[in-house]
Amino acid sequence: IVGMADREERRFAEVPRESVKLMSESAGVELSDELAALLAEDVCYRLREATQSSSQFMRHAKRRKLTVEDFNRALRWSNVEAIAGYGAQDALPFRPIKEGELFFVEDREINLVELALATNIPKGCAETMVRVNVSYLDGKGNLEPQGTVPSAVQTLSEDLLKYYQQVTRAILGEDPHLMKVALLDLQSNSKMAALLPYFVYVISGVKSVSHDLEQLNRLLHMVKSLVQNPYLYLGSYVRSLVSSVMYCILEPLAASINPLNDHWTLRDYAALLLSHIFWTHGDLVSGLYHQILLSLQKVLSDPVRPLCSHYGAVVGLHALGWKAVERVLYPHLPAYWSNLQAVLDDYSVSNAQVKADGHKVYGAILVAVERLLKMKALSLSLPAERGFGAQPGSGGVAGFRVSSPGLSPPPEPLSEAALGIASHLQGPGGAGTPWEDWTPVPLPAMYCELYSFFGDSLAVRLSTGPSLGGCPPSPPGPAANPDTARKMPQLTANLNVSPRQDGSPRPEPAPPSLAATRRNSSSRPGQRSVGPSRDVFPKARFPPPQAGPPAFSFLIGGRQTGRRCQGRRFQTSFSPAPPPSSAPPRTYAHKLPVIGRVGKPLRRWTCSHYSLHLPL
Amino acid sequence: AWYILSHINLIEKQRETKGPPNGQVDLEVEKKEIKTETSNDGSGNNNANSSSPGSTSLGATSKSPTGPAEDQQTLLAVLQFLKRNKLNESVDILRREAGLSVEIDDSPGSASGGAGSGGASNSTVDGGDTNSLLSRVSIAIPAAPAVTAAPVPPKVTASGGEDQPDVNVVLSAYSQQGDPDLYPLYYNGLKKFIESVLDCHRAELSQVFYPLFVHMYLELVYNNHEVEAKQFFEKFSGDQECYYAEDLRILSGMTKKEHMKGNETMLDFRTSKFVLRISRDSYQLLKRHLQERQNNQIWNIIQEHLYIDIFDGMPRSKSQIDAMSGSLAGEAKRDANKTKVFYGLLKEPEIEVPLDDEDEEAENEEGKPKKKKPKKDSMGSKSKKQDPNAPQQTRIPLPELKDSDKLDKIMNMKEAAKKIRLGSDNLPSICFYTFLNAYQGLTAVDITDDSSLIAGGFADSTVRVWSVTPKKLRRVKSAADLSNIDKESDDVLERIMDEKTASESKILYGHSGPVYGISFSPDRNYLLSSSEDGTVRLWSLQTFTCLVGYKGHNYPVWDTQFSPYGYYFVSGGHDRVARLWATDHYQPLRMFAGHLADVTCTRFHPNSNYVATGSADRTIRLWDVLNGNCVRILTGHKGPIHSLAFSPNGKFMASGATDGRVLLWDIGHGLMIGELKGHTDTIYALRFSRDGEILASGSMDNTVKLWDTLKAFDDVELDDFTAATGHIHLPENSQELLLGSYTTKSTPVIHLHFTRRNLLLAAGAYNP
Repeated sequence: IVGMADREERRFAEVPRESVKLMSESAGVELSDELAALLAEDVCYRLREATQSSSQFMRHAKRRKLTVEDFNRALRWSNVEAIAGYGAQDALPFRPIKEGELFFVEDREINLVELALATNIPKGCAETMVRVNVSYLDGKGNLEPQGTVPSAVQTLSEDLLKYYQQVTRAILGEDPHLMKVALLDLQSNSKMAALLPYFVYVISGVKSVSHDLEQLNRLLHMVKSLVQNPYLYLGSYVRSLVSSVMYCILEPLAASINPLNDHWTLRDYAALLLSHIFWTHGDLVSGLYHQILLSLQKVLSDPVRPLCSHYGAVVGLHALGWKAVERVLYPHLPAYWSNLQAVLDDYSVSNAQVKADGHKVYGAILVAVERLLKMKALSLSLPAERGFGAQPGSGGVAGFRVSSPGLSPPPEPLSEAALGIASHLQGPGGAGTPWEDWTPVPLPAMYCELYSFFGDSLAVRLSTGPSLGGCPPSPPGPAANPDTARKMPQLTANLNVSPRQDGSPRPEPAPPSLAATRRNSSSRPGQRSVGPSRDVFPKARFPPPQAGPPAFSFLIGGRQTGRRCQGRRFQTSFSPAPPPSSAPPRTYAHKLPVIGRVGKPLRRWTCSHYSLHLPL
Repeated sequence: AWYILSHINLIEKQRETKGPPNGQVDLEVEKKEIKTETSNDGSGNNNANSSSPGSTSLGATSKSPTGPAEDQQTLLAVLQFLKRNKLNESVDILRREAGLSVEIDDSPGSASGGAGSGGASNSTVDGGDTNSLLSRVSIAIPAAPAVTAAPVPPKVTASGGEDQPDVNVVLSAYSQQGDPDLYPLYYNGLKKFIESVLDCHRAELSQVFYPLFVHMYLELVYNNHEVEAKQFFEKFSGDQECYYAEDLRILSGMTKKEHMKGNETMLDFRTSKFVLRISRDSYQLLKRHLQERQNNQIWNIIQEHLYIDIFDGMPRSKSQIDAMSGSLAGEAKRDANKTKVFYGLLKEPEIEVPLDDEDEEAENEEGKPKKKKPKKDSMGSKSKKQDPNAPQQTRIPLPELKDSDKLDKIMNMKEAAKKIRLGSDNLPSICFYTFLNAYQGLTAVDITDDSSLIAGGFADSTVRVWSVTPKKLRRVKSAADLSNIDKESDDVLERIMDEKTASESKILYGHSGPVYGISFSPDRNYLLSSSEDGTVRLWSLQTFTCLVGYKGHNYPVWDTQFSPYGYYFVSGGHDRVARLWATDHYQPLRMFAGHLADVTCTRFHPNSNYVATGSADRTIRLWDVLNGNCVRILTGHKGPIHSLAFSPNGKFMASGATDGRVLLWDIGHGLMIGELKGHTDTIYALRFSRDGEILASGSMDNTVKLWDTLKAFDDVELDDFTAATGHIHLPENSQELLLGSYTTKSTPVIHLHFTRRNLLLAAGAYNP
């Protein structure tokens, strides 16, 4: 029990002689007043001395708070017995008693039995770790007074605000040239991460401009730019973007009341965007896949919805890949067909507009199921390559982003990605029951059924392939009707949903097909005459090594390892090709150098928020 | 003698008529006194160590306990003297005064008056008036016979206790007995005197106050005058400079003789002479005053415990003095900083650097580690002439470069080519490495030069190493597995690593106390850690095991650092000694002893020939690795020094202390050349940018501050005179030099590091 001495020249806390006497009595020793006073004084001094030397342990531990440990260390080094027991992180409260001038340290008793038998086992201490963050760029962001967070992170600087205003104005404004410039910048600007939520908010305004196709279109372009910007990490904002896109795909927009408005193109474009998002940001939206499938299915199975919504659902499913078509559209087709048939068969004048819409839907379904058939046939014929091809899929994202300046989505990889997602969907069991007990329909049966709906128009599509004889997966259907090939209906002539340009995936690359292939692969410097595996690879990433300037010189990991075959993995480097559109790295950009380290693919670094490595 | 006496009488008269002493007259007297002094002694007597002429026995008069009666006797003696010399007028005046002076015995005026007359006759002794000497002694000795022998013992102890502080011997220096009641009078007398001198001298002479105060207080305590000591403390502690507050608090707690034993601060004071730098003029004033007033107590203290370094020239101003003072033992003697220091850098070995693009191609196409192709235009071959200030290349033996070191040098040069030039208008970006869940336990941090690894020392005795790059940390395989490896294969270095052990961080266990210091070897193969358990440990970063435990300090080791060339390292700790080690010797190669308190931080000079140590005695010392000599003592900090940094060119040094100030030093001249004020708490981290244009300082106050060192170094004009005397006038330009202040989120900044491209990395533990 320590009390404060009531002396006048009190410079320090002092132990009164009464306390010393009490202590000695409890130890069974009688002390005279004089002795007690002397002892008390000495105790004070020794305490002060120990405190003083303990403070150096605190200083060297770079702390502000003196701990029991520090004091114990000081005692130990001055050859004094240390205090027994354990120190606590928190200071023990020092309390007075109301009645008298008595002060004590509150030291609660702990019931060990209770503690031991308690069911809530305390969690262990979290692991000590190091996290890095860029605090100040170029020494800026420090204009605020102490205690505030860096402005670059939290609040918008003047410059950023201006940028935001200019860009939104340009994109939504009248001048098409300005819009292009703004979109291009949005696509390549590396310093506007702070503005992402604002742009996402602007885009979510689609619902308020559903009467204005032009504005909707521009907002979708904005989505495209954001999605394509390699410096942006969309994070959870991707959901908001997807919902805006879905709105444009599915909703009966106000603009579609006027038949002169080409809202079909908008829906096609939005669907394209959707597939693009799923392809490039698959890691972020994979959780959304199922949800979107469900909502598309719901729209499709709702006869009250206008045909333009149905159209959207179909192109949406198409955009999500042939697996989605197989799982949602195909099983639903019989039910839907009757409705559509009714519309198409009504030749009354009042129905003319609806009928035209119906034809649109018809065309979209046709495109979708044709692709389904082709891809399914392909998947059956090349099971081995698919498994192999799926591997570079993840790594190919970066490559794709870089190599596609426009919005032409990758022809084959899309289906691959969708496949990946779909299979992922199968694993955990999905949500609704229809997913659970779904079993793939064998291709011949599927073809037969589809043929029963579409008849010749379906067959025509398939038979435009190369030599008919070399089409093993095709059932006798198309071969049996070669003569109907020329009777292709005009319905789909203006269908815009053919961005896939996917007439090419043939099971075997026969020489006559070259003309057809050249169309979609004309961007490539040369044609590779490799085996069938070509189609499963993302094409742009593997140009022939011998042809053309090495603008995108990627090393093929497999080849390298194969040749060396010593497992020298560290040498098979994927040097990340610098995005051609991106500005040269900023002057302060700093890549931490390590000898012998091999560069990892760029994309691994982009979301290294949580990693130690600094992605500068 | 007559001349002076008449003046003294004049003063007495002034006192009588006007009350408080008249400054002007006093001043006149002082000046006269100086004249006589110089004419008497010539110029030889300028060292305080030369004992004051014949004053010991004479001083007894003023110390004698008889008080008033003794005073009267003195008066009588003086009267006799005057009569004999037929100075009747003076006799009359003195008589009149003596009649009045009885009631003001206790006042300082009368005391100093008495002493003054003694001093006056003293100077006549110097003059060679044997007649008066004899008469004086004959009167004085019977008056106070008991005291004459007292001052003898301290002489012996002062020399004996210099190197090894034996407590009893040291303390006995205080055994000389004076009247405790007179201590305040003596002190007050001196205070009055110093307050009355010309402004230009006052600042200089005021330096005497603090050491005098401390020693007088300690004397009182030692001689068991507890009450008087307390009173003395209370009366005068308020006069002391505020930067001594910390020491004063410790002193005030010490009120008994027993307390003095084993008290470190006390021992520090006793074992070293407090060094003062005073201009010749000011010193003469002081000396004359003390001799004249027979203020022996003070004179003894000055003799025993003070070293007065006298210089010719202008007395220093208050700000100049304040800038340099504050250390435990006063300022450095001027000749302590006269040795030539080779601060230049060693010539870099010439390494052929392959061209950049070629090299990258080689890496991409071949997939092999780059070959060093001989190339004509390499960056290393700048073929600079040897810096005249640089030490001989072989002054101390340095390890030879290994191939991997060369490779690293090449990397370094390449990175350096890409670094941005910093400046006041081009500030670095700052990245912060935050240690989370460290539970207040992070005590030390280091980052490798290439910024690929970061290590932390913790209060729980562990050392943790993290990889900052995607490259994981891997251990070498076990011996059994290693024997299976094809040693001929060209990737053997890769094969010896155990892939299974790859992880982002590794923990090193071995210490049994908090790890206070940590340092990576330049080649990143080793890590040093120093701990409270008294050892320094060397860890392998290949096997992540402890290789050596260096024992020698036996007390907590506060800091350790590898030489920039590897192999050597330095450590410093609570035992006040810094040691130089080589990794392959289990005993130290050099011991750097001289600090009066803990060695708190240690740094190697970039050329590896010198070691700087900061201490809790508030000084920085620079030691020569070659011979172990102390070549610089730098004073000016007002608190324990916790961080040091050399500029990359080796010319300058920065130091940070608990006082929140950063001081800049010119090593060649041993001068303080800048003071950077702004931090509000201890500075634990200092680092110059790669080109030395910017100094970053990190503090307990949760900020990183950037300072314009180019400007700081430019603003200082160093003419020959200031360089010679070391009395530099520091510009008050902290605000102009401060380029930026950056706040963390409740994270004290413990370590700073500039990457090879001049990105600033800071580290600290989040402290919610």
